[in-house]
Amino acid sequence: MIDVKHLSKSFGDNLVLDDISEHIHPGEKVVVIGPSGSGKSTFLRCLNLLETPTAGTITFDGAEITDPKADINNLRRQMGMVFQHFNLFPNMTIRKNITLAPVRTGLMKQAEAEEEAMALLRRVGLEEKADAYPAQLSGGQKQRIAIVRALAMKPKVLLFDEPTSALDPEMVGEVLEVMKELAREGMTMVVVTHEMGFAREVGTRVLFMDGGKILEQDEPHAFFAHPREQRTIDFLSKVL
Amino acid sequence: MLQPLIDWLYGLPFVQWLIKLAPRFHTAFVEADRWQMYLKGLVITFEITLVSIAMGLVLGLFVAMVRTAHDQQRPGRRNPLLGVVNLICKVYTTVIRGTPMMVQILIWAFVILRGERNKVMVGMIGMGVNAGAYISEIIRGGLMSVDPGQSEAGRSLGLGYFDTMRFIIIPQAFKNILPSMGNELVTLFKDTSLVNAIGAAEMTYYANRIGGKTYDYMPPLIGIACIYLFFVIILTWLQGKLERRLAQSDRR
Repeated sequence: MIDVKHLSKSFGDNLVLDDISEHIHPGEKVVVIGPSGSGKSTFLRCLNLLETPTAGTITFDGAEITDPKADINNLRRQMGMVFQHFNLFPNMTIRKNITLAPVRTGLMKQAEAEEEAMALLRRVGLEEKADAYPAQLSGGQKQRIAIVRALAMKPKVLLFDEPTSALDPEMVGEVLEVMKELAREGMTMVVVTHEMGFAREVGTRVLFMDGGKILEQDEPHAFFAHPREQRTIDFLSKVL
Repeated sequence: MLQPLIDWLYGLPFVQWLIKLAPRFHTAFVEADRWQMYLKGLVITFEITLVSIAMGLVLGLFVAMVRTAHDQQRPGRRNPLLGVVNLICKVYTTVIRGTPMMVQILIWAFVILRGERNKVMVGMIGMGVNAGAYISEIIRGGLMSVDPGQSEAGRSLGLGYFDTMRFIIIPQAFKNILPSMGNELVTLFKDTSLVNAIGAAEMTYYANRIGGKTYDYMPPLIGIACIYLFFVIILTWLQGKLERRLAQSDRR
């Protein structure tokens, strides 16, 4: 589904991603972990071209998105993204936050989009917040709305960039719960996170990144039980 | 019982001076229906303000969008045309912000549009072009003040650059730039008095003429100063009201 070949990214002289090749299959829940500065967020942001790769190609559903002529807006419509800091639009109600993109991109009519928004809000238990503004919500509620907003575009894959890192501890659970449900429904997900429990429970594959490379990867149980690289063992001993 | 007090007050030099003022103001404003001239001038002052702020907004928004779009281009995908337009915009803001408005107005009237008889229009152009440069910087600052995550969120939902600007960035920037825009409007309103130097018949122009005609400058000049002040206070009050309304989405 997403095919990454020889992806490199540098900011000035700073090489952040060093020749990464990876394939993400439909239905997979890939969890990317690693120390901060390892390039995991940059890797995720390259997948929908929020960062422009310095070298390499990324192919999504047969279309090469790193091609300068690619219709990047159309490709992004099919890849939802959830951010660490939610990035809800503070100038709009929740309802408008969710319906703006589907309506403006021609995916749905206004009435249809609103119906869809309410259905999605009911799923995450926030239908009574439809007419509230983001400033009136808690962090956990904002992040659940952000997930709903991405889902409203009916994406084929969802990218999560540390979705629980900016949350108070007691709100992490409600967001992970929504993500677990999505995973159960078969959504393809790429999740950068520090939640090892989530990685173990939901992930179908864990990637460990360090120094701009994917050092090691495995199915979660094997990964956590028998890490091979010394760097991975050190990291896991600190976070587990 | 009160009479001595009244006599004493009447005898004060300050009160004497005030009493003598009344006929002077009468001459400057009431005699020969001169108040109509101030009114005519005030209408022109408002016209110049409105036209030049409108021109400034259009120019400023254009320049600000060109300059932010240019700065946000992805490396390797630079548009050469945008580069040229960006350079022109940069020269424009540098020249306009680097020279006195008075000099600019004189250049418009006596160099560029020498043959133009309609001095009010010349004044509008001069002030509008000037306002555009300042407004573009205000808008640019406003656009940059919006969290980059907002634009990323919009773009990652598949919205294009212009939709992201229109629905997400500009409404948020608008709230941030409102105080500076209010100041710009107030400054522009007051600076319309400069165009009297090229013979555009706005309020200061009439006050000056009446002062010359009656050999008494104080009443007309103090008079229009009060009129300017009055409207500036009203504008500031309106601005405050608008800001409070736009703060609606911030309430918790």
